[in-house]
Amino acid sequence: MFGPFLALHIPDGFLDIPVSLVGWLLAVMFIGIALREMRPAEREVPLIGTLAAFIFAAQMINFPVAGGTSGHLIGGTLAAILLGPWAAAIVMTCVVAIQALIFQDGGLIVMGFNLVNMAIITPFVGYAVYHWGRKLLTHSTRGWLVAAAVGAWASVVAAAAACALQLAVSGTSALKVVLPAMLGVHAVIGLGEALITVGALAFIQQTRPDLVDPEAPVPARGSSWIAAGLAVALVVTLLSPLASASPDGLERVAEDQGFLETARDAPYEIIPDYLIPAIDNEAVATIAAGVIGVAVVATVGYGTAALRKRRDSRAAQ
Amino acid sequence: MDHAAIEIANLSFRYPDGHLALDDISLHIAPGEKVALVGPNGSGKSTLLLHLNGVLRAQSGTVVVEGEPLTDATIGRIRAWIGMTFQNPDDQLFSPRVRQDVAFGPLHMGLQEAEVDARVTQALAAVGLSDFADRISFHLSVGEKKRVALATVLSMAPRILVLDEPTSGLDPRARRSLIELLKTFTDKTIVVSTHDIRLAYELCSRAVVLDSGRVVADGPAERLLTDADLMERHGLETPW
Amino acid sequence: MLLRERFWSADSPLHRLDARVKLIATLLVMLGILSTPEGAWPAYPLLWALLASLAIVGELGVGRMARWGAVSLPFALAAVPLVFTVPGDPVVTVAGLTVTDAGLSRFITILLKSWLAAQAALLLTMTTPFTELLAALGALGLPPSLRLIIGLMYRYLTILMDEAQCLLRARAARSGTAEQGKTGGRLVWRAQVAGGMVGNLFLRSYERSERVYAAMLARGYGRRETAMPRQPLPRRDVLLGSIPVVVVVSIQFLARVWLSR
Repeated sequence: MFGPFLALHIPDGFLDIPVSLVGWLLAVMFIGIALREMRPAEREVPLIGTLAAFIFAAQMINFPVAGGTSGHLIGGTLAAILLGPWAAAIVMTCVVAIQALIFQDGGLIVMGFNLVNMAIITPFVGYAVYHWGRKLLTHSTRGWLVAAAVGAWASVVAAAAACALQLAVSGTSALKVVLPAMLGVHAVIGLGEALITVGALAFIQQTRPDLVDPEAPVPARGSSWIAAGLAVALVVTLLSPLASASPDGLERVAEDQGFLETARDAPYEIIPDYLIPAIDNEAVATIAAGVIGVAVVATVGYGTAALRKRRDSRAAQ
Repeated sequence: MDHAAIEIANLSFRYPDGHLALDDISLHIAPGEKVALVGPNGSGKSTLLLHLNGVLRAQSGTVVVEGEPLTDATIGRIRAWIGMTFQNPDDQLFSPRVRQDVAFGPLHMGLQEAEVDARVTQALAAVGLSDFADRISFHLSVGEKKRVALATVLSMAPRILVLDEPTSGLDPRARRSLIELLKTFTDKTIVVSTHDIRLAYELCSRAVVLDSGRVVADGPAERLLTDADLMERHGLETPW
Repeated sequence: MLLRERFWSADSPLHRLDARVKLIATLLVMLGILSTPEGAWPAYPLLWALLASLAIVGELGVGRMARWGAVSLPFALAAVPLVFTVPGDPVVTVAGLTVTDAGLSRFITILLKSWLAAQAALLLTMTTPFTELLAALGALGLPPSLRLIIGLMYRYLTILMDEAQCLLRARAARSGTAEQGKTGGRLVWRAQVAGGMVGNLFLRSYERSERVYAAMLARGYGRRETAMPRQPLPRRDVLLGSIPVVVVVSIQFLARVWLSR
């Protein structure tokens, strides 16, 4: 029942085209920077490829919570803590891309913002909180785990907020409904993310401490890019209603000012009504279109079958 | 005890891709029996084992364990009665330390901490790894991991042991010591799925030959496993 | 979420079409579908007819594609508030909230567009093996390093998913309940165990990546630039691929004409 609010993978059709394009611009920009910042050394490529598969598989691991529900992992923060945020962004990009392309989880046109939410926001927000949290909690040996937990939680909530914003700006949902709903649900889901992330880090730290060193200094490489990028992203997202086709805000203004009527008339007077009178009635037109549609499909079906039969009989000779 | 340890009747299972893995399987295993399940790759051995503790659910037919039919209500108890290990020990050790992995079963059953500790100690002793409690599972050798995996199910005090390829990947010495270890579990019902015909011969009194999802032979291990014709026909070999 | 791989094996004209052409055509068709103006209801059956025809040509099954296309529709729950919040003429009042005609229209439009766009995407993914799709993306501008990384990920995906499934099964096998007592253990402990499973997967992947790197080195990785031979787009495929695009553009044009009457 809560299906859509549990997933952050937006399907096609739920974001406006202009908003989707903005999303792609942001995604391409960030991923391009990530590819350069990471400077994919030879050694990095197999690591990132296998770890992308790891994150994908790790998302299958769950734990029962109550009454049939279970906690899951997205993995952005975990990847960021293990690999650094830029490499994590690449890892998550691969995960989101393959989920959409192979498993139909998340749309193609809207993938831009899906990437922003799950491949940019989760690793960077998670890592930022982890980074500063660790600095605050240096007095405690478990401090880094607490920082990681809060970071993981925050990353999920931030991604959910961004998702809600994108849906609202596209006119798919009312902000005053979708934002509290997304935040509320993901504040709980984020707890699952936090717990699994910490469990994984504890396991790794005990088994191979060389891979996760809580004492290691945090590389500051590229942090100015992050700040600049996030600022740009915020500004662009807030401005995209101007590009959005959502009729609520903008059209209202246009109508009031009388622009709308003039805009509509111009190029489409080519075929006057009287030539096709039946089409004037909306219901009739839709039904007619439906009948035409079915006829087309039937013809194609019959034609394809006939062609195939002829091809098969020719092959049999 | 007048009921069978495991009673399978007309079990069939088809994978989502259409492949019929089990075709009308019926099997009766008495308490304390040691049964070897042999057959070529793809014969359905692993699929059959996964039905015994409800990881896979029968599409037709029934599975009855210790007199209880396997349903949503009984699945929890049945999983405590059946200790199942899998071919790859790396898939079964998911805690940092051995102690935590062995404690998982009893903890899940809701036992008290003192009882859990006792069980862990017993289980590790039973597999000869008493000093390994605080070791990191990940760093152990394959043989040691297989023993720990066995300990993780022994700690639940199961009446039935189901082992999927227990000796695969072991060097001769580790293999020998595991076989000797398994021979000590005289009171438990044991079902071993294996390619290691020698193990089957040494450990088990009964052999069930599975091929293409069907039981093609079921009888004394001594007779079946030395039947060169039968073994050859189903992609297997005799013990020597 | 356990979704299945969407590739559907067959030997059809769609399967044989150049992957680059399919990719571009699919995106254009999807953009066309998504830009259907609000209220142009007759457009939707026509768009569906186009997609269904292509499904037939591709031997994919019209019903199957329609079903799979509906898989993501539960997300529509997020759009339900529209029904109440978009200003318009009231249709019915439910539990104190008024459903407007404009709201209903918007909601249904989103559902239809999403369902149709998903089927257009399925036309691509059902007829194109992933390796071909990746190669097409590479030819159309995907950075080579990213292409290599995604290729590696794809190669190890089934292995890692199998390992994850084995871990889950092993845990299930040990998830017994005592005859009488409570069960399950504490929540935090359960989450820790799940975390351990994730950690286990990570370490195995990490160590596997080192073996992968060694194998790649042994095959000459890094020594030479692997240049992709640039094949020109086959003209016949381009012509065939442009047919659905032209149809969609025509439907869009007709829709706007019809709306303006």
